[in-house]
Amino acid sequence: MTDLTTDFLGIKSPNPFWLASAPPTDKEYNVRRAFEAGWGGVVWKTLGEDGPPIVNVNGPRYGAVWGADRRLLALNNIELITDRPLETNLEEIARVKADYPDRAVIVSLMVPCTEEAWRAILPRVAETGADGIELNFGCPHGMSERGMGSAVGQVPEYIEMVTRWCKQNYDKPVIVKLTPNITDIRYPARAAHKGGADAVSLINTVSSITSVDLDSFSPEPSIDGKGSHGGMCGPAVKPIALNMVAEIARDPECKGLPISGIGGVTTWRDAAEFMALGAGNVQVCTAAMTYGFKVVQEMISGLGDWMGKKGYASTSEFVGQAVPNVTDWQFLNLNYVTKAKIDQDKCIKCGRCFAACEDTSHQAIWMKPGRVFEVNDSECVACNLCINVCPVEDCITMERMAAGSVDPRTGRTVTDDYANWTTHPNNPGSGCAAE
Amino acid sequence: MAHSPRTPGIVAGRLASDTLARNFADLHPPLDAHEARVAADRCYFCHDAPCMEACPTAIDIPLFIRQIATETPLAAAATILSQNILGGMCARVCPTETLCEEVCVRETAEGKPVEIGRLQRFATDTAMAQGPQPFSRAAPTGKSVAVVGAGPAGLACAHRLAMHGHDVVVFDAREKPGGLNEFGIAAYKSTGGFARAEIDWLVAIGGIELRHGQALGRDMSLDALHTQYNAVFLGMGLAGVNALGLPGSELAGVEDAVGFIGRLRQAEDLSSLAVGRNVVVIGGGMTAIDAAVQAKLLGAEHVTIAYRRGREAMKASRFEQDLAAEKGVTILTGVQPAGFFGDGAVAEVELAYTDGSGETLRLAADQVLMAIGQKLEGAPGALTIEGGKIIVTGAGRTSRAGVWAGGDCASGGDDLTVTAVAEGRDAAEDIHASLVG
Ligand SMILES: Cc1cc2nc3c(=O)[nH]c(=O)nc-3n(C[C@H](O)[C@H](O)[C@H](O)COP(=O)(O)OP(=O)(O)OC[C@H]3O[C@@H](n4cnc5c(N)ncnc54)[C@H](O)[C@@H]3O)c2cc1C
Ligand SMILES: Cc1cc2nc3c(=O)[nH]c(=O)nc-3n(C[C@H](O)[C@H](O)[C@H](O)COP(=O)(O)O)c2cc1C
Ligand code: SF4
Ligand code: SF4
Ligand code: SF4
Repeated sequence: MTDLTTDFLGIKSPNPFWLASAPPTDKEYNVRRAFEAGWGGVVWKTLGEDGPPIVNVNGPRYGAVWGADRRLLALNNIELITDRPLETNLEEIARVKADYPDRAVIVSLMVPCTEEAWRAILPRVAETGADGIELNFGCPHGMSERGMGSAVGQVPEYIEMVTRWCKQNYDKPVIVKLTPNITDIRYPARAAHKGGADAVSLINTVSSITSVDLDSFSPEPSIDGKGSHGGMCGPAVKPIALNMVAEIARDPECKGLPISGIGGVTTWRDAAEFMALGAGNVQVCTAAMTYGFKVVQEMISGLGDWMGKKGYASTSEFVGQAVPNVTDWQFLNLNYVTKAKIDQDKCIKCGRCFAACEDTSHQAIWMKPGRVFEVNDSECVACNLCINVCPVEDCITMERMAAGSVDPRTGRTVTDDYANWTTHPNNPGSGCAAE
Repeated sequence: MAHSPRTPGIVAGRLASDTLARNFADLHPPLDAHEARVAADRCYFCHDAPCMEACPTAIDIPLFIRQIATETPLAAAATILSQNILGGMCARVCPTETLCEEVCVRETAEGKPVEIGRLQRFATDTAMAQGPQPFSRAAPTGKSVAVVGAGPAGLACAHRLAMHGHDVVVFDAREKPGGLNEFGIAAYKSTGGFARAEIDWLVAIGGIELRHGQALGRDMSLDALHTQYNAVFLGMGLAGVNALGLPGSELAGVEDAVGFIGRLRQAEDLSSLAVGRNVVVIGGGMTAIDAAVQAKLLGAEHVTIAYRRGREAMKASRFEQDLAAEKGVTILTGVQPAGFFGDGAVAEVELAYTDGSGETLRLAADQVLMAIGQKLEGAPGALTIEGGKIIVTGAGRTSRAGVWAGGDCASGGDDLTVTAVAEGRDAAEDIHASLVG
């Protein structure tokens, strides 16, 4: 079996799969069972300051987006941070950490934006023996209205300030959890970096309304006929999260800043993708909430299997491998010419490629007698839409045109030379535009 | 229990009532709402969908399935019913495995088509349970049309004519409307009085009068109808049965399969219906399969289908043949009946191999059901008839102006419920065009 041991900020865990701060990590009972099931670490459900516990709604707190066969594609929640007394949580954290010294236990925190509040809670967290803290600057609902969560995460200066307080008052790793509800993720990441954060973790949930009841006209989940926006998570947010992780990973100003990847991780493959884009480990919430703790067993076996096939002895060998391949549009090779090609043996003649191309794209697919579908290379711009809508995997493929051949659409000879927009004659900013 | 499958002779009550109820439950049970959404999600919404082309009534299948997937079953039903007003019955009886589902691209892809028939049933059942049909009559035209035969062809024709505002009188020789929907279709395909309920729902559009016990040729003539009405549509099916004229055909226990099925369909209580211990069914079509399977389900100990050619030549689809085999029916091929033997009542059937060997075999039989085809009976002599069918051109025009025909009695198309509906509907459009044009 491949060794999945992961070292993140000096915190060792038997695998890179941590449970994200959320209901699965809200109490000792859950966390013990999660560790028994095999999870490498947990980020405890966010704790708030001492005092009267947080109050949650007493009606439904989740909404959902479903795919075929009610497969859960996204959850949306209006839950707040832990609603259990601080002392109870701290005692439980201490007990669990003592019993599971080989697992990562991180404590998520969210207290008001004053140094005093942070100074009050940090020593108590330190006493538990937990491996580190995560600052929840991401929660988009409820707490943000009280000046916490994403209200902090949306202001880089606050992130930097609070991170610095924590680094000054706590001697173990400080992870800053980022909200995706901003326009450019690099600014909050840079602020965390400047404030001395040991790592950033992302993403927290995406502000959303998942659905509207068309009888009551209330957003879901509905509390007595009203709804507020919630935070969306699950498979549907993965692409948003991957991009944000990549943006930070390739930002020169964030160089060397470790990342914990979160957002829609559902299978080992999702995890491997986050890690290839620079995440040192991943955190999971919705997949566990959908399938239970056991789901980690597939993640462990799948990642190990893939690493074995690739010959990776440790997760660190592939972390960040995809980062150099993430670039800007202007640097993409415009001399890379491809054409869609339909494998007639695999084609089941549904005609979806035709409808898509004919109605909405480039009229580059012929429908011939006997429902034979073929690509017209003279019109195909290689947009990929036919492949995306074809129900049969690998039935349509993109074939690169060989150098020296002539693209029948443009009449130009294909070359092996790399050329991008920065030097393109149509680009007013490029040197060759003048003539 | 008075009798068992082993009781000799033709007797009733071979099986307990609860067993009978189970045996005659829906062959394709209805989908619940969740199952329907899952099944609907499998449809690819094909461009110029092949399934739609394979449906004789050309229902827009991808559209109605998408309407189910998006939880608007009433819209789905309207899509179905606008092409096929007997969409509910067709969902139950169509041999989908040789029609829409055979050409479904998911059949090509994975040997498992989208369940079009069951989805159609889900939509039409939902609509019928919720209330009236989604159609209403146009303003009255003052024209009237006589329809002969209240089977699927006649009903579809009558409904479409009524929609266009014409007054329709439907004459049927029997005491009940429905044709083979009521008297022919296997009991496990059309359960719970569905055929009758569907007709009540259909004629509720108004402008359709059903007259029972009125046989063309006996109670009225084509000439009379022609003078009294602005147009005539003949949808009289195939009321006669073929005969073989073999020795022993007159013995008690030798009967026509369609009659047996008709009795079964009309029985209030299946445990009062008599069936043989050893039943032999002669034929290889849908009727033979239906008669054999239902005899078996009624409790016959041995049921054998004897068919003169090979399995591939049988008119019954592979699915139907497998259904029979699964229910315990034996299918003998390459044999044809040579005679029936017994003292007053049949006791044995002699079958001759059709391979020219001259060999024969005998099977014990206390009931023989003949399913060797129906034939046209009572068609007006004034019309051109060839190959046992009223010859029609275009949308059901017979050789006589002002007279249309469709369904089993007319040439063209397979003898199927859905084909009868399509032909009745298209003839109605043609009649309408000729009446208002
Ligand atoms: C046993 C059996 C099982 C079948 N199973 C299936 C199946 O599972 N699926 C499928 O698609 N098809 C099946 N079929 C075929 C299908 O039932 C017919 O194709 C369809 O019913 C034809 O419709 P129709 O309206 O033309 O004729 P019919 O349904 O036969 O209706 C004709 C009507 O005309 C009336 N009539 C006849 N003569 C006169 C007259 N002289 N005057 C007045 N009225 C008259 C009759 O009483 C009858 O009501 C089956 C047929 C049989 C016999
Ligand atoms: C291939 C593609 C190209 C698009 N290009 C543009 C664009 O040029 N300008 C724009 O405002 N939106 C563009 N959009 C966004 C769409 O207008 C739309 O806002 C988005 O797809 C969300 O809607 P939908 O998911 O319901 O389709 C594009 C979308 C796609 C899929
Ligand atoms: S998941 Fe449990 S707590 Fe939540 S609504 Fe259902 S039963 Fe209640
Ligand atoms: S979408 Fe794919 S399967 Fe369907 S017709 Fe096109 S190539 Fe064939
Ligand atoms: S062929 Fe099958 S998948 Fe395609 S539209 Fe018809 S039912 Fe749907």
